[in-house]
Amino acid sequence: MDRFVYLTFDGLSRGAVYAAFALALVLIWRAARIVNFAQGAMAVAAVYVAYSVTGATGSYWLGFLAAIAFGLLLGVAVEKTVMRFVDHSSPLNGVVVALGLVLIVQGVLGIVYGNEYRPVATPFRRDAFEVGGIALLSRYDVFVFAAVGTVVVALTLLFTRTAVGLRMRAAAFAPDVSRLLGVPVGGMLTLGWALAAAVGSLAGMLVVPTELGLHPTAMDVVFVSAFTAAVVGGLDSPIGAVTGGLVVGLLLSYVSGYLGATVAPMAVLLLLVVVLLGRPGGLFSSSKARLA
Amino acid sequence: MTDVEEKRAAAAVPEIVRRRKRIWPVVPIVIGALLVVLLTYTLPPFRNYQLATIGAYFTVTAGLTVLTGLNGQLSLGHGALMATGAYTFALTQNRWLHTPVSFVAAILVTTLAGVVIGLAAARLRGPYLAGLTLAVAVVVPSVTSTFDETFNSDMGLSVALDPPPGTIPMERWQAWLCWTGALVTVLSLATLVRGRFGRDLRAVRDDETAARLAGVDVARTKVLAFVVSAACAGLAGALFAVLAQSVSPGAFPLTLSLFLVMAIVIGGLGRLVGALLGAVLLVALPALAQSAGESSGSQHLEGNLALVVFGVVLVVVMLAAPGGLASIRFNLWRKR
Repeated sequence: MDRFVYLTFDGLSRGAVYAAFALALVLIWRAARIVNFAQGAMAVAAVYVAYSVTGATGSYWLGFLAAIAFGLLLGVAVEKTVMRFVDHSSPLNGVVVALGLVLIVQGVLGIVYGNEYRPVATPFRRDAFEVGGIALLSRYDVFVFAAVGTVVVALTLLFTRTAVGLRMRAAAFAPDVSRLLGVPVGGMLTLGWALAAAVGSLAGMLVVPTELGLHPTAMDVVFVSAFTAAVVGGLDSPIGAVTGGLVVGLLLSYVSGYLGATVAPMAVLLLLVVVLLGRPGGLFSSSKARLA
Repeated sequence: MTDVEEKRAAAAVPEIVRRRKRIWPVVPIVIGALLVVLLTYTLPPFRNYQLATIGAYFTVTAGLTVLTGLNGQLSLGHGALMATGAYTFALTQNRWLHTPVSFVAAILVTTLAGVVIGLAAARLRGPYLAGLTLAVAVVVPSVTSTFDETFNSDMGLSVALDPPPGTIPMERWQAWLCWTGALVTVLSLATLVRGRFGRDLRAVRDDETAARLAGVDVARTKVLAFVVSAACAGLAGALFAVLAQSVSPGAFPLTLSLFLVMAIVIGGLGRLVGALLGAVLLVALPALAQSAGESSGSQHLEGNLALVVFGVVLVVVMLAAPGGLASIRFNLWRKR
C-alpha cells in the first residue's frame, strides 16, 4: 500500500510534466495544424542554455529564466524562418520539416556540448517528505506541481479572459475571417509558437533532472510520452492534454514501479495503440464528419 | 466504344512507349547488377564495404518510398522494423548457421510485425500515424533490455557468418549479398507498383474518398503497402546484421528512422531512383562529414556535423523542392 501511494504521487508529478509538454503540442496544433515533432529537441536546447547560464553564474534561477526566454525566442525563430513556409497541402510536409529541425538541433547541441550525459542540478531536494511513515512527495515534486499549475492557469486566463487570447483563438479557428476583421493572423501564429516553445522549455527544465541527465537526445522518449498524452486527450483539447499527461504519468509510474523501468516505453506504445485503435482522434475529440 | 475508336485510342500510345514500359524495370536492374560486380572487382575493400552499405540502405529506402511516396503513409518506425529483421537474422543464424533460412526468417518475422503495425496504421493519418510509428522506433532499446536473456540488452548479439565461398574477400561477398537483396527488392517493387497495386496506392494517397468510390479497398491497400515496405525493412535489417556481423540497439536509434525518411524525401518522394539517391547520400554524407571533422581536429564534429547537414538539407529541400532531387533533375530534362 505504501508503495502504491508513493507511486501514485510520483506518477502525478511525472504526469504534470507530460501535461505541460502535451499542452505545448496542443497549442501549436490548434494554431497551425502542425504537430511539432521538434519540440523535444527544442526543449533540450533550452535546458542546455540553462546549464550554461547556471554554470557561468552559479544561480539556478538565472538559468531557469534564461531557458524560458530562450524557448520564447527559439519558438519565434522557428516559426518565422521555417514553419511559416511549409506547404500545407499534405500533413506529411510539416512533420518532415519538424524532423529536419530535430536533426539540426541535436547536431548543433552535439557539436557545441558533445554527446556525453551531463548531470543537472535541481533547485530543491528530491528526497520525499514522510507522512505517518509513508513517503509522499519531495520538495521538487511540489515545485513541479506549482510550476505546471501556474502555467495551466495562466494559459487558461490568457485564452479566456484577454483580448490577445481571443484573437489567437480566432486566428486559429477562422484565419480568413479574422484577417478581414483586422486580426494579425501571422503575428498570432508566431505568438502561439513562442508560447508553446516556452512551455516546452519549462517542461524540459522540470523533466531533465529526473530522467537520465542532459544529452542531445534526452527528450526523445519524453516526447513520445507527451505525444501519447496529447493523443490520449485528443490533440485539439487543452483539458485533454492535462488529463492525458496525468494518465500517462500514472501509467509509467505504476509500470516501472511494479514491472521494471525497461518495460515503461512498451507500456506507452501499448496505450497509444489501444487509444488510437479505439478512437483515432483521441478520447476528448469531437466527432468529425465521416469520410465515406 | 466502337472498334474504330478503340483502335485510335491504342494508336495514341506510341508503340515504343508501351514496349519500354514493359521492359523498363528489368534493363536498369541488369545494368545495375553488372555495374556492381564490376565495381566490386575494381574498388578497394573499404569502398566495397561502403558499396554494400548503400545496397542495404537502398533495400529499405525503396520499400519506404512505396509506403510514403506512393501511399502517403509516413513511417518513423522503419528503424525498428530493421532491428526486428536484424535480430531475427542473428538469432536464427546463431542457432542453425544457415544463411538463406535466416534471411527468410528475418523477412517473415518483420512482415508479421508489419501486419500488426500496418493494421493500426491504416486507420490513422498525418501526425497520428507519425506519432505511433515514432513510438515504435523508440521502443527498441527497451525491448532488448526487458528480454535481455534473448537479446542481451545494450551489448547486443554477435552474428555467426559462414565464410564467403572460395577465395572471395569478405567485403566483396557482403557487397554481392547486399546488392542482390537490393536489386531483387527493387525489381519486385517496380513490377508491383506498375500494376493495379501501384494505381491503388496512388489513388488512396491522393483522395481516399474518391478511391473508395472507385472501388478501391482503402484499408487493404494501406495495410498491404505497410506490409510490403516492412518486408523490405526486414531484409535490409538482415543485411545490416551481415555487414556489421553484430546487432545491438545502438545500431538502430531513432535517428536511423529519421535518416531513412530524410533519404527518401531528399531523393524524391515516390520514385525508386530517388530511393537510390537517398541511399547513396546516407553513406556519402556521413563519410564526408567525418572526414571534415577529422581534418578540423574536433571530436564533437564527427557524426554531429552529418546530423546538421542532413537536417538543413531536409528542411531546405522540403521548403524549396518538395519533389526532391530526382524531380529537379527530371524537370530540367523535360524543359530541354
